[in-house]
Amino acid sequence: MAKQLEKKHPLAARWMHWINFPLLTVMIWSGILIYWSNSVYGIRLFGYELFNFFPPWFYDTLGIPFRLAEGLQLHFFFMWLFAINGVIYIIYTFTSGEWRALLPLPSSFKRAPLVALHDAHIIESKPPQGKYNDAQRIAYTGVILMGAASTISGLAIYKPLQLAWLTSLLGGYEWARFEHFWLMILFVLFFVVHVVQVAIAGWANFRSMITGYDVVDGETGSETEAFAEGEAV
Amino acid sequence: MSEDKEIRLDKVRELLREKGDSVWPGGDENTANAIGEHRSLSEPLSDMEAKRRMAAMTRRGFLIGGVAALTGIFGWRRMSDETKGALLRRTFEFNEKVSQIFFRPTRLAPEFPLTSISADRGNGAEGLEGEFDPAVWTLAVGGLSGRTADLILTLDDIKKLPRTEMTTEFKCIEGWSTIVHWAGVRFSDFATKYLPQTHNGSLPDVANRPQDLLPYVSITTPDEKYYVGWDMPSILHPQTFLAYEMNGAALTLEHGAPLRLASPTKYGIKQIKRIGRIEFTAERPKDFWAEYGYDWYAGH
Repeated sequence: MAKQLEKKHPLAARWMHWINFPLLTVMIWSGILIYWSNSVYGIRLFGYELFNFFPPWFYDTLGIPFRLAEGLQLHFFFMWLFAINGVIYIIYTFTSGEWRALLPLPSSFKRAPLVALHDAHIIESKPPQGKYNDAQRIAYTGVILMGAASTISGLAIYKPLQLAWLTSLLGGYEWARFEHFWLMILFVLFFVVHVVQVAIAGWANFRSMITGYDVVDGETGSETEAFAEGEAV
Repeated sequence: MSEDKEIRLDKVRELLREKGDSVWPGGDENTANAIGEHRSLSEPLSDMEAKRRMAAMTRRGFLIGGVAALTGIFGWRRMSDETKGALLRRTFEFNEKVSQIFFRPTRLAPEFPLTSISADRGNGAEGLEGEFDPAVWTLAVGGLSGRTADLILTLDDIKKLPRTEMTTEFKCIEGWSTIVHWAGVRFSDFATKYLPQTHNGSLPDVANRPQDLLPYVSITTPDEKYYVGWDMPSILHPQTFLAYEMNGAALTLEHGAPLRLASPTKYGIKQIKRIGRIEFTAERPKDFWAEYGYDWYAGH
């Protein structure tokens, strides 16, 4: 049976995706080194703290305490690389036309819950998709927006006088720090879901983020049907 | 999952099976079609050829990715502490240059109503240990225009300068902040009265030609155990004070009596308490926390 190779992820997008992984890891790690010196956030319900970010065992296991200066050094070095990589990605996505595969439409928000039902094996038929399905479009656009929000809230904490207008737009210095922290938690949650979904989707999907290509069935693969066949996460 | 729930889920499944693919809207309702996403497919290939090409690309991808990852990890690991330290310190200095390009003395930190003043919070006792009597305190000032020896001032001399107040956010580099009401004199008023030397021999003009002044200020505690360095633009910012009152009362010893620096332009580590000596200087002054790897500039 004839096969076709389908170009999934362009070289530039693959590089930026994989470069972002260690950069974001270092940003989160150094961010926690900084956060330790004033670790005040938690999940509270009716005035009772259910969980404190972070418990002592977490800090001690990872050797985090008393590394504020190191955290600041790393954070303010790697912030440049993280921001530059992100800005280039956004410019690239819009100029290359890749945004067509990425952005959700308003109707995507109606279909995304159905995709989740499919993932939970409640809906058996496969969701229609190009490179990504509607849930993925929302998630991957969302994570880019989170990157932008992290950069902006970070700037608001970093230069709260010279960028006072930005800091006050985010609700003030204390709120900006709070937002910056929760964006980090969201990134970690995104990472966990992303890795689980990739593991479920399997080798061919993972490989396409390395090679850029996926193999599709050349004979039965009429365009719409092949679109419906996609299993990529 | 309870049996009850399982039965209900089965019913949902059955209903959805009846609907079949019609769960999903087709044609232009499909996001990929509606948004005009294009596919990019190769010419038809035999199974063997497709497999061969994918295997080659996979090998290549993992090889390049692996080399890049190992270069990154081992490059960073093998970099000596000295090189790494220099790289990160230079990054602080680079960030400082970028910050100074965007710095405008006209931009002010937000002020807060007196009702929002926070509970008192103290931190850092370096330079505050030992016996000290604020009543016999004097301030030494070096690097003044037309002088070689230090000028010695009293608190009364400082209080003769225009009294100014502000209620601003005090930010600790640890990540916490408090709202504090300060009273004292603007450092720029102090420098207008006690003129610093210039680096080019011109007559000092603090208001109009601050760029001609010596570029740095070094400030130390009387025992010289705590010391900070300031850049001239930040210390001449209208919200940088030589403060003698905090939250409506004279400074306590813990907060730096009788005179300290207060400024929303930099972190608390720079707002030195119990000032003993101020020196205008051409050299970048040493700074207590910068020696522990913190940003010398530490500016907002």
